[in-house]
Amino acid sequence: MEPSQAAVDPGHVSVRARLRPALRWESGLVVVVVAIAIFGSAVSPQFLTANNFFNLGLNTGEIAIMALPMALIIISGEIDLSVESTLGMSSALLGVLWADHWPMLAIFVVILVTGAAAGALNGFLVTRVGLPSLAVTIGTLALYRGIALILLGPRTVSNFPATYTNVGLTAIPHTDLPYSAGIFIVLAIIFAIVLHATPFGRSVYAMGDNAEAALFAGLRVKRVKTTLFIVSGMASALAGVLFTFRLNTAVQNNGVGLSLDVVAIVLLAGVSIFGGKGSIGGVFLAVLAFAGLQNALLLTNFNQEATGVVTGILLLVSVFVPNVAMFVRSVRRAATRMTRRMPPEPALSMPRKDT
Amino acid sequence: MTATLAPRREPGSPAPASSRRLADRVFRIREFGIVAVLVVFVAVTASIQSRFLSSTNIQFILVDATIFALLALGETIVVISRNVDLSVGSVLGLSAFLTARLASSTHGLPLPVVFLAGIGIGLLCGVVNGLMVTLGRVPSLVVTLATLYIIRGADVLIVGGGQVVPSSYYPSFLTISKATVGGIPDLAIVVAVVIAGGAYWLRTYRSGRELYAIGSNPDAARLAGIPMGRRVFTAFALSGAIAGVAGVLWASRYGTVDSTAGGSYELQVVAAVVVGGVAIFGGSGSVVGAAIGALLLQTINSALYVLGVSPNWDQAIAGFLLILAIVLDRLISLRLTASLRRRSARRGT
Repeated sequence: MEPSQAAVDPGHVSVRARLRPALRWESGLVVVVVAIAIFGSAVSPQFLTANNFFNLGLNTGEIAIMALPMALIIISGEIDLSVESTLGMSSALLGVLWADHWPMLAIFVVILVTGAAAGALNGFLVTRVGLPSLAVTIGTLALYRGIALILLGPRTVSNFPATYTNVGLTAIPHTDLPYSAGIFIVLAIIFAIVLHATPFGRSVYAMGDNAEAALFAGLRVKRVKTTLFIVSGMASALAGVLFTFRLNTAVQNNGVGLSLDVVAIVLLAGVSIFGGKGSIGGVFLAVLAFAGLQNALLLTNFNQEATGVVTGILLLVSVFVPNVAMFVRSVRRAATRMTRRMPPEPALSMPRKDT
Repeated sequence: MTATLAPRREPGSPAPASSRRLADRVFRIREFGIVAVLVVFVAVTASIQSRFLSSTNIQFILVDATIFALLALGETIVVISRNVDLSVGSVLGLSAFLTARLASSTHGLPLPVVFLAGIGIGLLCGVVNGLMVTLGRVPSLVVTLATLYIIRGADVLIVGGGQVVPSSYYPSFLTISKATVGGIPDLAIVVAVVIAGGAYWLRTYRSGRELYAIGSNPDAARLAGIPMGRRVFTAFALSGAIAGVAGVLWASRYGTVDSTAGGSYELQVVAAVVVGGVAIFGGSGSVVGAAIGALLLQTINSALYVLGVSPNWDQAIAGFLLILAIVLDRLISLRLTASLRRRSARRGT
C-alpha cells in the first residue's frame, strides 16, 4: 500500500490496492506449489499421476473445506479452534443416528442444524458476551468433543451403505477428483465471490482491519461475525460427514488435531492472524501446497507421523518472509507520516525496537 | 492474537491507590471463587464417595496436578505479556523422552543431571520461540503453532516407534514422583514453592511488573521505555525451561514414554490458565490462580472418575466449566470496570 492510500480510511481503498499485497503473496505461493510439484515428481514417478491426485485430494478434502470459513473468520479478526470437534460431533451424530436406523436424509439435516448451532454458540459467546474467540473456541473444542464422546462412547459405527462410503473410493464421474475435492472447489468459488465481490465480504475485511472503525461505520459487526461462525460450524459438520464416509467409521476421536492443520493452511495462505488481510485464491494455493507436500512426503520414506516438521517449517517461513517486507514498509510509512500516530502494531505485543 | 470487539479496559493499572485496594480485593475474591468451587467440589464428591479423600487418591491428584500446574506457571508468564505458548505439550514430550532415555541408559547418573538435561532441552525450545517472537516479529500464536508441529515432529523422528519402559529406569528416577512427606507428595511441595516464588517475582520485581505492563498496553509499555523484547524473550525462555522440567516429571510419573507424550496438552494448559482467571489478552491474572485452575481441572477429572460418572462425560463437563469460567470472569471484570468508573466519577477526576 502506498503511503497516500494508507492515510485514507481503509474502507475507501480500491479493491486493487487492497488485493495487491495479497496477489504478491499468491505469486510466491505459486512458486512454492511448483517447487513442491517438481520435488514430488523427482522423488517419485507416481507423484504426477491421476491416481495420486485422487489420493491427494481425498486426504486433504475435509481440511480444505474447513479452511474456507476459517479464512473468513481470521480475516474478520477472530479464530475458531473448535472446528475439529464440530467435525467429530457431526461424525458421532452420523454414527448414532445411522445405528438407530434413521433415514440418511434426516440425518444430514440434523447434522447440518447441529453444526450451525455449534457455530451459533461460538458466535454468541464471542459477539454478544464479548469473550475472546481464542478462549471461547478452546472451550467449545473440549465441549463439542465431549458431546461426541457422550453420543458415541467407545462404540464404533461402520456399516454405512456403499452408496455413501464410495466418496472415499470413487472419483466424480469423468474426472479424477474425489467428491470432497469437488465440493471444496465449488465452495471455494462461492466463498471467493462472497469475500471479494460482495458488501458482506468487504465488511469482513473492514472489521478485521479495525473493528471499532467498522462499528462506527455502521457495519453489523456482531451479526457478520456470528454468521461466519455459523458457516464454519456447518462446513465442519459437512467435513465430518465426508470424513466418516471416507473412512467408513464413526468414532468419537474422528478429526482430533485437525484444527491446527486448518489454521496452518489459512496462515500459509497469507491470511494475517491479526485480520484484515488474505484471499480465497491464497487459501486454494495453500491447500495445494499443503496437500502436495504431505503427499510427496508420503511417497518418500519419510516418517508419516513426522510430516508436521515440514508443515511447521513451511508455516514459519511463510510468516517470516512477509515480515521483512512489512518491516521496510512500516519504516517508510513512519518516515512519511511522522505527525500521524501509527496504528497500533499487531495486538500481540510485537516489540518495535529493542533498546 | 485476534482482536476482541469490545475494547478491554484494564481496570487496575492507571487507578489511584484506593481503587487499587478495591482491585486487590476483587482479585482476591476472584481467586477465592476458584478455591470455593474447588472446596465445594471436593466436599460434595467426598460426601458421596469417601474413597475420594483416601491418601492414595489425593496423592495421585496432587502429582498429576503438579505437572499440570507447573506448565500453567510457564504459560501464565507468557500469557500475561499478551502472548501465548502453544508448544508446551511438544516440549514436554521431547524432554520426557530424551530424559527418560538418559535415565534408563546411563545408570548411576545423578538425578540433578537428568533435571538439568530436561531444563536444557526446554530452554533451547523456549529460546527459539522467544527469538522468533521478538526478533522475527512474528505473532506468538503462529510461532508456537509452528514449533508445536516441529518439536513434535522432531520427537517422532528421534523416538521412531520406540518407547522407554519403567523397568529400564534406575529406581530413584521413578521415586521422584512417589516420595511423600506426611501424605503429601514431595513433588507437590517443591512445585508449590516454585509457584510461590514465581508469584512473588511477578508481583514484586520490576521485571515481573513490566510483563503485566507489556500485556495490558504494549504501546504504553514501549513508550515507558520497558525493554519489551528482552522481557517477552525471558517469558518464552522460562516457559520452555519449565515445560522441560515438567517433561522429566512426566516421565517419572507415567514411566512409559513414547512419541505421543504430552500430546494436545497445550490447549488443556491454556484452559487451566484461563479458568484460573488469567486474561487471555494479557495484563492481569496470577500464577497462583492458574495453579489452582490446574488443580481444579485435575480434581474434576478425578472426581468424575471416582463418582462413577462415565468417563464419556469428562470432556463435555470440562469444556462446559471452562466456558462458564470465562463467562464469569468477563462479568466480574465488567462489574469491576463499572465500579471503578463510578468511583472516579464521584471523585470528580
